[in-house]
Amino acid sequence: MAEIQQKDSGGGKGGKKRAKKMSTKIDMTPMVDLAFLLLTFFMLTTTFAKPKVMQISMPVKPKPEDEQQELKASDAFTVLLGENNKLYYYEGLVSEKPQLQLSSYSADGIRQVLVNRRARRPSTVVLIKAADKANYKNMVDILDEMTITGQQKYALVDITKDDENLITTSGL
Amino acid sequence: MVDLAFLLVTFFMLTATPTEDTAVVVDTPSSISEKSLPDKGVLTITIDKDKRVFFSSDSQPVKLKALETVGAKYGQSFSDKEKKQFSLLPDFGLEAQQIKGFVNLPAEQRKAFKQPGIPTDSLNNQLAEWVMAARSANISVLNTAPYIAIKGDGLADVPTVKKVIKILQEKNLNRFYLVTDLETKPVASN
Repeated sequence: MAEIQQKDSGGGKGGKKRAKKMSTKIDMTPMVDLAFLLLTFFMLTTTFAKPKVMQISMPVKPKPEDEQQELKASDAFTVLLGENNKLYYYEGLVSEKPQLQLSSYSADGIRQVLVNRRARRPSTVVLIKAADKANYKNMVDILDEMTITGQQKYALVDITKDDENLITTSGL
Repeated sequence: MVDLAFLLVTFFMLTATPTEDTAVVVDTPSSISEKSLPDKGVLTITIDKDKRVFFSSDSQPVKLKALETVGAKYGQSFSDKEKKQFSLLPDFGLEAQQIKGFVNLPAEQRKAFKQPGIPTDSLNNQLAEWVMAARSANISVLNTAPYIAIKGDGLADVPTVKKVIKILQEKNLNRFYLVTDLETKPVASN
């Protein structure tokens, strides 16, 4: 460095010989455009949110020698998922001609009912029976309500003819 | 600013897992569950609103092995190229007999082809074959039993979902996941 400086100062008027000074600034506009284009592209194509999952465990197939415990009518609480996003529930077992009630998936619908019911009977077992015309969203919603209300014991059960009759005769 | 833009570009490029071009688009219902789908070793059974059932695995070797097993069962043999092509499919809903024809279609025709769904009825229960074949393939490739996820459309009907669950239960697979979207957790008040 020192040498160059010396040479420089000794050179006097050498500026004429030099090539014309080029501007060191490059036009960056196209590059930036491209960068933003890529940025937008990746932002839009990335799926950030990994899908969430809800774990369910179905009961193991009962073996013939296993003893099955009968559910007490006083513990049973049945939720019926009907067509057109309708939701019904009754307390007790279907054989005892229970009173069917209409409810809904909203926060003050079945959720309140479940919370109240559990306050009365903590040993409640919820039986979820989906009619064939119900949709999958209803099923997920009701399973979700179980998690929200902290209901530990619940089961997905096949709907029976009696349950279907109960819905049609109630006219709800 | 430009530095930042490039930083972001790099970031998105590295983290991006491009949305896969699946054969069927389903709109999953939402739940409050915060559990994420595992990264590896997932067998997904997709049920769309037209009662069609699709199957997929996130690992190519697993798909390849499963294809060999199921193909042998239904008297179908595949060339290496066909197998490779099949393992690149994100998901499929075809009868075993249709696969050969399907993988040999050009890409754009394959996209236009309306897949009928995997047969699930008791006489021709190919879904169970696929699940069991993919399960054992998963165990031999990744050394773990796969997670089984059911990805249903919100409007899918209950009988189909129940049928799929029943098929899994018959094979003694009693724990599985339901794929959902995230929803904010409401408070259950008294």
